[in-house]
Amino acid sequence: MTDLPASKVDLKSVLATPARVDNSEGMSYLQSVPRRLVTLYLPLTIIVVVLLFPFYWMALTSVKPDDQLLDLDRFNPFWTWNPTFKHFHKLLFESYYPHWLWNTMYVAICATILSIVASVLAAYAIVRLRYKGANLVGGLIFLAYLVPPSILFIPLATVVFQYGLFDSPLALILTYPTILIPFSTWLLMGYFKTIPFELEECALIDGASRWQILIKIVLPLAIPGLISAFIFCFTLCWNEFIYALTFLQSTSNKTVPVAIVNEFVDGDIYRWGSLMAGALAGSLPLVILYAFFVEHYVSAMTGAVKE
Amino acid sequence: MADVAIPRAKPQMSEDNAWTRLKHNRNWLGFWFMVPAMAFLIFFLAYPLGLGIWLSFTDTRIGRVGHFVGVENYEWLWDDSIFWLSVFNTLLYTFVASALKFAIGLYLALLLNENMPFKAMLRAMVLIPFIVPTVLSALAFWWIFDSQFSIISWSLKHLGLINQNINFLGDTTWARICVIFANIWRGVPFVAITLLAGLQTVSPSLYEAATLDGATRWQNFRFITYPLLTPIIAVVMTFSVLFTFTDFQLIWAMTRGGPVNATHLMATLSYQRAIIAGQLGEGAAISSAMIPFLLAAIMVSWFGLQRRKWQQGENND
Repeated sequence: MTDLPASKVDLKSVLATPARVDNSEGMSYLQSVPRRLVTLYLPLTIIVVVLLFPFYWMALTSVKPDDQLLDLDRFNPFWTWNPTFKHFHKLLFESYYPHWLWNTMYVAICATILSIVASVLAAYAIVRLRYKGANLVGGLIFLAYLVPPSILFIPLATVVFQYGLFDSPLALILTYPTILIPFSTWLLMGYFKTIPFELEECALIDGASRWQILIKIVLPLAIPGLISAFIFCFTLCWNEFIYALTFLQSTSNKTVPVAIVNEFVDGDIYRWGSLMAGALAGSLPLVILYAFFVEHYVSAMTGAVKE
Repeated sequence: MADVAIPRAKPQMSEDNAWTRLKHNRNWLGFWFMVPAMAFLIFFLAYPLGLGIWLSFTDTRIGRVGHFVGVENYEWLWDDSIFWLSVFNTLLYTFVASALKFAIGLYLALLLNENMPFKAMLRAMVLIPFIVPTVLSALAFWWIFDSQFSIISWSLKHLGLINQNINFLGDTTWARICVIFANIWRGVPFVAITLLAGLQTVSPSLYEAATLDGATRWQNFRFITYPLLTPIIAVVMTFSVLFTFTDFQLIWAMTRGGPVNATHLMATLSYQRAIIAGQLGEGAAISSAMIPFLLAAIMVSWFGLQRRKWQQGENND
């Protein structure tokens, strides 16, 4: 017990020293502590609290017992002392929720894999094969990125109907790549550009075919890019709403976002507890994935914008 | 072994002309590599885009093939007050939300760029609203903005600021404010994190030099940060405007266009007309009517900011 404070201080000074050595503090020493408190920490705290409050509220609602949910006067609404997992139990065992989760996962993974394969080939061809008109095609793909799904869903619904794909997960697996391919192609083009030409030239001299170069040299070097593209595409798929809302009809085929909006809101009696539990359970997989790959995620987001 | 190898070599030689050329010619190879991506984009993006414009000139309904009716759908829309209301709503929504997203996002990026403890964790937390599916966070907002059990009304009542619950999503003005707030809430992390990435490329020595010359914090921002950040601001804002203009899911989850169509955007109206009412032609006309607005929005945010950058560059010379 007596050792604890001492070791704490030690650790602190050890952590702080390298920061001073490499001058990463910059010019912040010019500002006094009270000033920093007002200009930096206070606004930052307010913004972060506002940004995170809905999740706290979502989580709290999902474990509150029903009587506390709608009675704001007898109970403090910001906390609950007797959390219940009733809403989650109802979600998992008395609804199609596991089905919906599985559908979302299945569609997201298939669409992501399809689009990553297509984009790897396209990006490699545009950046490294430099066929005639490669730049033009690159530009067109960027334009495709700017075409929003809300313009396309009506004609796509007729196309999906014509191909007999209506109300099948295949409709989503085939249409999601139109959102994902432009994005991931641009992202991967950026990554492929950073791989030195010399590596490919050496391989060509040693008699490797283009295909072998792509599989054995370029792809292993672009793994961070592939992970970024994969995670971002997966998130986009999970998030997609309008296509899933339009192309799917039967309850058991729906994806999580659509199902929660359509199936959990019955008439005037809003089942807030299970609604919030559903929303929370639908977000958690993405948040967990994100927690593991923050850096990749950020580089995907900024990479696609910088290009 | 040699005997076996020779006959094998021969057919290869004869095939050289057709097959090998296909295999090694760069243009052909490029073509084969492009096939999967192009197939998706042509069948499910370019073709529907054209089809959508064609549908807007027909009277197609769900389950019935339409006939060409010229610009009748557009004439209908021209006299349709709900359509014009949705155009107004969309423009209001896009303009207010994008401007505030930019202002708050830039401010947040500047704050996050400061040196402080738990920097990495803070940045990671800030991005969470962008990760969580829009619909699911919109549901949380729906609950937060509930007419009877809203936590905001409760808090304000206990602070003694109001006497009655605010009917957040039932009142036209409040509904618009709530929807715009939710959109800003979701968009700010994207703007902030991408601008932060831009900020980190600005060399700190510039600020040190300027500070030595007596520049204030505002001058540091105005004459160093902002000019260097302009290109990335142009791209980020183009995307932000584009996605705000075509927003659908947030509105659909929170208000479905209500109350009295006060929050109907063009995208939600086209869904209502095309899919729920079954008038595919009319819905397609509404979504086709978005295209000119979209092009204009892209042009304004893109070229407007590009030109400013160019002007500043010229002034510096």
